[in-house]
Amino acid sequence: MIDLLQSIVPTILFFSAPLILTALGGVFSERSGVVNIGLEGLMVIGAFVGIVFSLTYQSTFGALTPWIAIVVAAIIGGIFSIIHAVASVSFYANQVVSGVAINMLALGIGVYLTKQWYDKGQTDMVEGFFRTDIPVLSNIPVIGPIFFERVYATSYLAIILAFVAWFVLYKTTFGLRLRAVGEHPMAADTNGINVKKIRYIAVVLSGILGGLGGSVFALTIVSNFSQSTIVGQGFISLAAVIFGKWHPLGAMGAAIFFGFAQSLSIVGSSIPVIEDIPQVFLLIAPYVLTILALAGLIGRADAPKANGVPYIKGSR
Amino acid sequence: MIFNKKFAPLLIPVISVLLGLLVGGIIMLISGYNPIAGYQALWLGAFGDAFTIGETIRRTTPLILTGLAIAFAFRSGLFNIGAEGQVIVGWLASVWVGIGIEAPMIIHLPLAILAGMLAGALWGLVPGLLKATLGVHEVIVTIMMNYIALYVSNEIIRSVLTDHATKTEQIASSASLSAEWLQSLTMYSRVHYGILIAIFAAAIMWFLIERTTIGYELKSVGYNQFASRYAGMNVKKNIILSMVISGGFAGVAGAMEGLGTYGNIHLMSGFTNLGFDGIAVALLGSNHALGVVIAAFLFGSLKEGAGQMPTSAGVPIELVDIIIALIIFFVASSYIIRLAILRFKKEGK
Repeated sequence: MIDLLQSIVPTILFFSAPLILTALGGVFSERSGVVNIGLEGLMVIGAFVGIVFSLTYQSTFGALTPWIAIVVAAIIGGIFSIIHAVASVSFYANQVVSGVAINMLALGIGVYLTKQWYDKGQTDMVEGFFRTDIPVLSNIPVIGPIFFERVYATSYLAIILAFVAWFVLYKTTFGLRLRAVGEHPMAADTNGINVKKIRYIAVVLSGILGGLGGSVFALTIVSNFSQSTIVGQGFISLAAVIFGKWHPLGAMGAAIFFGFAQSLSIVGSSIPVIEDIPQVFLLIAPYVLTILALAGLIGRADAPKANGVPYIKGSR
Repeated sequence: MIFNKKFAPLLIPVISVLLGLLVGGIIMLISGYNPIAGYQALWLGAFGDAFTIGETIRRTTPLILTGLAIAFAFRSGLFNIGAEGQVIVGWLASVWVGIGIEAPMIIHLPLAILAGMLAGALWGLVPGLLKATLGVHEVIVTIMMNYIALYVSNEIIRSVLTDHATKTEQIASSASLSAEWLQSLTMYSRVHYGILIAIFAAAIMWFLIERTTIGYELKSVGYNQFASRYAGMNVKKNIILSMVISGGFAGVAGAMEGLGTYGNIHLMSGFTNLGFDGIAVALLGSNHALGVVIAAFLFGSLKEGAGQMPTSAGVPIELVDIIIALIIFFVASSYIIRLAILRFKKEGK
């Protein structure tokens, strides 16, 4: 049993880390009232930047390269998301339409530049992150080998950030304001909160976290960038936001669960009960569960009240 | 003159397209390509000879239908991002009927198209029902339904229609939309009769929306649910109906791919993008039937013409995706364009 867990748990954590990070981004954006269908595109930009940076500076920074790469990817993701912020906050664009455009634009730019810079549709492979033992913690009996041996440090980065996000949203003034803006922007405005500023910050945070998620995905799971590096992970993250009821820790739980479902198609054959389930059921599980959650069959999921509604000062 | 009321609705789409092409040109310039050569290649790739014109029409066909699907839902205040999935199930169902049944063409072909339409409609029914009865937002449900469609249809192709093959056998010729005389006219491009069906569908949408009580109610629900309910309309029924019809249009788009372009269905690693491009088409076409046809033709030409750009001008195909994304942004941000026009007008006086 312990052997089984030892092989499964690190794989689940490894698959869910990018989903957790991106879902946290979705939580920030949606909690402030800006729907973010563009998470997929933000992950694409993150993956692209992460891989290109690693390819270019591998020789300069050595073992530190992937860490610097994800930071750069997060920054570029944040900058890229400003497009979504400008369209949906300042220009009152339909946020879903803007998100769809973000997805198209990100993939277009990523592949366009890949072809221009590398003269081919996909980049070379990079080294990316390696599995490591977490010092001290991996020496704990039973728990150590299951959770802290041969894992990716990025998995723990994601989990720590989820708690940070929870703290920011629920224990700080900024978090309170952000949630207020997402529930009732007019009331928030009356209390002197700058609605547009908060929403800009929230969208950029989603870009930073989405870029981080995309680059972690690229540097741990696929190791290169092409048209088909990010295929649906952003939408699974969006599902995790909703399944987790727009709560950072809920989203983390949902992301781990969806990461589990994804990893099952790989490790499932070694688990007695699951090996008999056809793969297609595992593949569609996250999506079906999200629909059921929305339908209220697995606890009711209610979106922030002002989600998706542009705030126009003076309108009722 | 340009700001005449009659032309005002045309202004935003035209400005958006021009801006999109302009920025596309600037991108080419910055990345060291010749924009004139690039756009020349684009033009030749779409209209250079009979073959490319045939292929442009073929590419436009499903875009008209997905554009109609999304525009139809938009008119009743619903956002159908699920056209993607509805296309896939429609494609699958039409090919399934095309392979599985033996019948004379006059029965077989309509039956196969109908199967595609019903499958798409069924895929639209789920989000429609959830929205009408439980108030669940249709955007999220339709996104989730896209992935379910993708994985389920791949599984059916692998395990039911074939024995672990990557694509099905060809459909019977009695279910095929291929038009030999059109093909010979266009140097054997893959153009097929589907374009007639697509234009007919546009006419149906126009008639439904503008000339029937059903259309009136659907539009009314789109404008104001509460007023519609007060006026005695059944809002729930209209929401479900709108999603079902929208899904039906998208399902037919899938049937066009299955019965016309490919004649089979293959395993898909990702989406066809017909549904997402349909959002751009509907938006640019201002959700009107005629506008959708024109916008679909524009995007069809851009996408087909892009194929020529790498060989003739060295420009990656993806430039066109960037241009289309920018056009969507510009149309979606029309508020700011309107503001700019208004300023411009005031200063002109």
